[in-house]
Amino acid sequence: MTRAGGWLVVVAALTLPLWLRSPYHVHVAIMAGIFAVLAMSLNLLLGYTGQLSLGHAAFFGIGAYTSALLTLKLEWSFWPALAAAVGLAGAAGFLIGRLALKLRGAYFVLVTISFAGVISLVSINGIELTNGPLGLPGVPAPELGPWTLRTKTAYYYLVLAAVALSYLVCRRLVRSRIGRALVALRENEPLAESVGVDATHYLVLAAVVSAALAGLGGSLYAHYTRFVSPEVFLFTYTVTMVIMVVAGGKGTLSGPLVGAVLFTVLPEALRAAASWQWQMLSYGVLLVLLVFFLPRGIVPKLAAAFPGRR
Amino acid sequence: MAELLQHLLNGLVLGGTYALLGIGLTLIFGLMNVVNFAHGEFYTLGAYVSFAALALAGVDFFAALAAAIAAGAALGWLCEIALLRPLRNESIDTTMLVMIGVWIAMQNAELLGWGGVAKSIPHPFPTAPLVLGPVAIAPLRLFVLVLAAGLIAASWLLIQKTKLGRAMRATFQDRDTAALMGVSIGRIHSATFAFGSGLAAAAGALLGPIFLVYPSMGDLASLKAFSVVILGGLGSLAGATLGGLLLGIAEELGAGYVSSGYRDAVGFVIIILVLLLRPSGLFARQERIA
Repeated sequence: MTRAGGWLVVVAALTLPLWLRSPYHVHVAIMAGIFAVLAMSLNLLLGYTGQLSLGHAAFFGIGAYTSALLTLKLEWSFWPALAAAVGLAGAAGFLIGRLALKLRGAYFVLVTISFAGVISLVSINGIELTNGPLGLPGVPAPELGPWTLRTKTAYYYLVLAAVALSYLVCRRLVRSRIGRALVALRENEPLAESVGVDATHYLVLAAVVSAALAGLGGSLYAHYTRFVSPEVFLFTYTVTMVIMVVAGGKGTLSGPLVGAVLFTVLPEALRAAASWQWQMLSYGVLLVLLVFFLPRGIVPKLAAAFPGRR
Repeated sequence: MAELLQHLLNGLVLGGTYALLGIGLTLIFGLMNVVNFAHGEFYTLGAYVSFAALALAGVDFFAALAAAIAAGAALGWLCEIALLRPLRNESIDTTMLVMIGVWIAMQNAELLGWGGVAKSIPHPFPTAPLVLGPVAIAPLRLFVLVLAAGLIAASWLLIQKTKLGRAMRATFQDRDTAALMGVSIGRIHSATFAFGSGLAAAAGALLGPIFLVYPSMGDLASLKAFSVVILGGLGSLAGATLGGLLLGIAEELGAGYVSSGYRDAVGFVIIILVLLLRPSGLFARQERIA
């Protein structure tokens, strides 16, 4: 994206509620924002370290449950609960990273799936804490000073701030020494290690930041839908994140944003034409087609089509 | 004591079908280097074919099982030809993404075709359990156990005693050398994927009448197959058989003595622990197949 293009996107995002007349459209924009945070989070692992986490919904769910439980049971206010959700998800990321990043490729995928499976079973069976399959209704709306962010427009700006923050965190990370180390490890791990890049250290760091961002997305989701149930651990969420990252362009900063907007708006637009099952079916087919015809994603393809832009 | 024996017997019935799932997956994983996340969908396919054959077409149990295996193998073969063969020289991550896509597509196609409501497969066996000393077993479960054992034995014969099996073992040991010796790698890969998918479909057709049939049943089946492969080591038929039995028994014991809500957690915990503590599997002999 050129500098001017970037500013155009920022201005469009800031003024979006003025253009969107219907609350439903604002709702779609909010969901796109939450998924943008999640997609950026997954992209840190999948795109920059090359390790696919198929248990990413676990970190999302941990964030959602932490935030919901703290505000409901301990009556914390939104902001400390948000911070705790980010912190706890990050801690889970540290744990999984320390344990699972000894493994690579398929084995890492399997450990992350299993971790998500266990956490999901805990949310279903740990009824005293989580209320089991019935879930936790009545999660309070966030408060900002004297205001309660009840309107969709207000929540949109909260989510937009989270998207911007996540983007800046990712950019800072990716363009630093850490990001270069991650890419070096992805491209050739023995070579990177031979020049002194500590693989475990950097991969775990990426896992922590990635999990923390997913926790942020989870907390925002919980306080927006005001309801958390074991469905937050559904594999569908992980699949959606993977599609967004792969379609947008893994290992690019703007790819997950493009993917998130595309795959939130498109299904909503097609909702009248096709049922949810058809959409999931086409996600599967699309993933196969992407691997065959657009393996690097939309953003790198556009960048190649318009040289001079990045 | 009687309770323990009963759990062990129930575990054996589950374990036999888990072993079938695991054998299919370990061959595909070990020989083709493809992480087949769609494996459980062939299990689901087998269960639905068996449902259609028994409940709708009204054929007998053996014909239904044969139809399930044939459908699984045919679709597996098609899948290999159309999707995996063009990507044979791509990285393992690329084919993994493709198989994740196949998984999602197949599952939702089943959801569209059959609806989300679980179906039970009618079977001709009496429901009164056979009492064998301290333990009791439903005739259907005994039948499933015997059939699973038969299929495992047949797989072993195929790998050990046939020309195709020898070519498969050669390909597992060294693909390039096998190719130089005149083994058609493309054909071996197709045969392996069809064979593994057929076994998964057989497992679905066998367990379908015991449990219920529903579109997302393959998710857990995939993960259980992966736990079996991880327990048994890559490409090892004996390992997969032992791993399957071990997982079945561990699940029964976990459900019986710990908490039935966490039955499915056993497989997850096994994946995590074995991968972290002994990544090559409990019975691994990496250099061998079968």
